[in-house]
Amino acid sequence: MNNHWANLTKGFIRENPVFVLLLGMCPTLGTTTSAINGMGMGLATAFVLVMSNMAISAVKNIIPDKVRIPSFIVIIASFVTIVDLLMAGYLPALHEQLGLFIPLIVVNCIVLGRAESFASKNGVFASIIDGLGMGLGFTFALIILGGTREILGSGAIFGYKFIGDNDGMLIFILAPGAFIALGYIIAIINKLKKA
Amino acid sequence: MAKKLESTFINMVIVLTTVSLIAAYALASVFNVTKEPIEQAALKKKLDAIAKVAPAFDNDPNADMFKLVAFEAAAGLDSLEVYPAKSAGKLVGYAVKSYTMKGFSGYIEVMIGFEKDGTIKGYSVLKHAETPGLGSKMPTWFSNEAKPSHCIIGKNPNNTKIQVSKDGGDIDAITAATISSRAFLDAIKRGYETLKQGGKYE
Repeated sequence: MNNHWANLTKGFIRENPVFVLLLGMCPTLGTTTSAINGMGMGLATAFVLVMSNMAISAVKNIIPDKVRIPSFIVIIASFVTIVDLLMAGYLPALHEQLGLFIPLIVVNCIVLGRAESFASKNGVFASIIDGLGMGLGFTFALIILGGTREILGSGAIFGYKFIGDNDGMLIFILAPGAFIALGYIIAIINKLKKA
Repeated sequence: MAKKLESTFINMVIVLTTVSLIAAYALASVFNVTKEPIEQAALKKKLDAIAKVAPAFDNDPNADMFKLVAFEAAAGLDSLEVYPAKSAGKLVGYAVKSYTMKGFSGYIEVMIGFEKDGTIKGYSVLKHAETPGLGSKMPTWFSNEAKPSHCIIGKNPNNTKIQVSKDGGDIDAITAATISSRAFLDAIKRGYETLKQGGKYE
């Protein structure tokens, strides 16, 4: 049981996909203009991670080694397309915000990375827990980054404004701000981990 | 742990084919289920935009939609969709889906509502990729009635020059987003002129 708990929690700080493993940088930097966008992207990725980890760990023994990567990609791509279609149908506003980045979950290295390094070696339940932990860790990281950028860039948090209309530091909403904010957050996390 | 299937040619072909078939089947079923909600979401978005911009109506503008040859059209986009708004059978105005290619990031799509004499009733930006915090202010900047120098609502392009003041027009551009503003007004002008060209004003 302790093992599962460790698998679930390792994604938050110790093996956080964004802050520590530095995987999946493209959606991380691209979608985190606000906390809510970060959360949407994180949850979509978490769903794909859980589902693909589950499917891959269930079929791992009948997939010959030499075609395992193509098989994994087909499985992951299917789940991503399913998420894409479901979001377009039932959450059109969020789907529009995230746009291109939903299909791009396919090439998010976290998803294939977990499939290859965890799901293909562990049981179904452990893989689901691993996917959930990593997915929530990713979501957590995106909310932190999105929130930081939103607070500094537009003076709001989750859409609630607390300063005047034009007083935000615009650069934090734009691409360079994403790199700057991410760099400082990683520095702070490294410092905290050492302490 | 059970032994893995060996990587022989036959095994590989069978496994990959099966995986692909199952994936294809799953996708097809999800597509069928979500097809209607996706279409409805798109339709609802359009109708919401029309309701927001056009004068009050009681017809189904989507059913009465017709196309007009666009004014100064860009390649491949030579007609605009026009949604007439009617109240008790009488025409009260139009909603026009207009566009411009001149945005800072290219394509911008705007739904514009006109009274039947051509006065701008309202607008709604449907699609854009302008810079967040600058060009993305289009939805609020040009509809702020407290600032008449950049509000286009209630103005008639017939006697107002729909161009940014820098270019000799009557509308103030968004601070630090002149290109987006120019593009936005280009879309508004295209909508107005298209209806005018089609002889739709009274």
